[in-house]
Amino acid sequence: MPAVLDAQGLCKTFGAVTAAAEVSAAIEKDSVVGLIGTNGAGKTTFINMITGYLKPDRGAIHYEGRDITRLPPREITRLGICRSFQIPQLYGSLTVLDNVMVGIGIVLRNAGLAGYLSRDDVPVPGFGRPAREVAEQLLGRFGLLEDRGRNAQVLPGGARKLLDIALTMVAKPRVLLLDEPTSGVSSGEKFGIMQMVLDAARAEGATVLFVEHDMEVVSRFAQRVLAFYDGRIIADAAPKAALDDPQVKRYVVGHRA
Amino acid sequence: MRHDRTTTVIIAAFVLLVVAGKWLPQWAMFIMTIALARGLVVLGLLLLLRAGLVSFGQALFYCIGAYAAGALGRFFGISDIFIEMLVGGVLAAATAFVLGFLLARYRGIFFGLLSLALSMILYGLLVKTEALGSTDGFNILPSTLFGWKPGADWVRYAVLVSAGAVVAFACMLVHRYLQTPLGRLAPAIKDNEIRVEYMGASARHAVHVMYVIAAALAGIGGALAATTVGHIDPEMAYWTSSGEFIFIAILAGTGNVLAPFVGALIYGAIHTMAYDLSPNTWQMSLGVALLVLIVFLPEGVWSLGKLRARRT
Repeated sequence: MPAVLDAQGLCKTFGAVTAAAEVSAAIEKDSVVGLIGTNGAGKTTFINMITGYLKPDRGAIHYEGRDITRLPPREITRLGICRSFQIPQLYGSLTVLDNVMVGIGIVLRNAGLAGYLSRDDVPVPGFGRPAREVAEQLLGRFGLLEDRGRNAQVLPGGARKLLDIALTMVAKPRVLLLDEPTSGVSSGEKFGIMQMVLDAARAEGATVLFVEHDMEVVSRFAQRVLAFYDGRIIADAAPKAALDDPQVKRYVVGHRA
Repeated sequence: MRHDRTTTVIIAAFVLLVVAGKWLPQWAMFIMTIALARGLVVLGLLLLLRAGLVSFGQALFYCIGAYAAGALGRFFGISDIFIEMLVGGVLAAATAFVLGFLLARYRGIFFGLLSLALSMILYGLLVKTEALGSTDGFNILPSTLFGWKPGADWVRYAVLVSAGAVVAFACMLVHRYLQTPLGRLAPAIKDNEIRVEYMGASARHAVHVMYVIAAALAGIGGALAATTVGHIDPEMAYWTSSGEFIFIAILAGTGNVLAPFVGALIYGAIHTMAYDLSPNTWQMSLGVALLVLIVFLPEGVWSLGKLRARRT
């Protein structure tokens, strides 16, 4: 399997804190990878470096053979690497539908200057249908269609999380990075949300990396697990093997060792 | 092109202006034309406000437009209204294009104060420039229209109708622009700029474009005001002039592209009445009017229509 994303020897320090020390991982196309580790272990730093929010002090990131290490977030997004956020980043004063319409507008704009000035009835590149239909279909897939007229600000936690992820899907991601997709969601909803997200990602043919604290979710959905501790990857294996690793038991899962 | 209500109202308002305008007294034509000129500046301000940016320096572009119009007459003998507005708008836009590389990096109070500082630099330069009349400014040639030199009783009407045509056109363009992906990006930038970047757009680029459009509108407004008043001076770039535009924007509300013009007309009316009633304390009357509006109509005069719609 060819690696779609290849991080080599990433290092990042913030003053005395080492957030990443020689982090290397090659992510295969179409895989679903779970990132685990305690708070401060370096999971989000890893995602932030891939998406261009942080520049690594050393090391390189290649995406489909292309060096993306120094690119800004918007260009990395345009290449097809999209992320969601631990705390949903929405356009609070806009309706749910308009949140998605902004995203589709950006897709149109990135398709050329004519797209910048286009009306709602031109087909969206990659979808082949008008913006509004695309937005409604996307919201339907995430069970948000009924909320389309509500302000994003007043949505309940689970719906905010889903909208945040829906916004990442607008750009047709080839690699989807989900930062704690189920945090702040009731335990009953967790599996449903993960299933919905992974179904959507599979429909788009996206490779998925997700940060997760719930080991049940990890073992159920991930094909491969990267366990972080102190800025390093201490285990890189299939979920069962990774969760049984003595170091992972000691530093990540805790107490049960 | 699909017509919606705003487009219909714009066309209707223009037709009404052309037909009814002729019966207006000269002073009312003057107030209306000035309101249209100011409204253009405020329309640009509205675009920036949607992105959460308050420019305390739109007078910079207003003044550039006015001096462009004045210079055309003074140095080239050109007095055509449309050429004046065109050159004023283009010069203002070109200036904004250059300044935009700096300003589009800033948000909030930094954006506001930097824009204010830039307009005060122009004020300082004009005050010292003898060739442009320094503090006194200079007079502008009487307006002409495609080579036609209207007589004294027609000139105000001619300018008013020309202004109306330009404003109607600008309103339709801006109304259309607000429905494009770029126009839609403004409130998104106001809400969450990081997300905008993570969805693949450059907020800085979008702000730069808005800034240039706002400047072009202000430049056209400045040229129009210059040709209407017949005189220009550096006060047009002074910070109180920028304050006036913000005043109108608050008064009008950001609900619709027509709001700035309604706001500017009300402002002109309050201003004229306040000056007529108490020449020495007109600022106080104006201030009280603004206070009352903020308390009772926080979303501006435009929200009156919405209130009624909600009740019925």
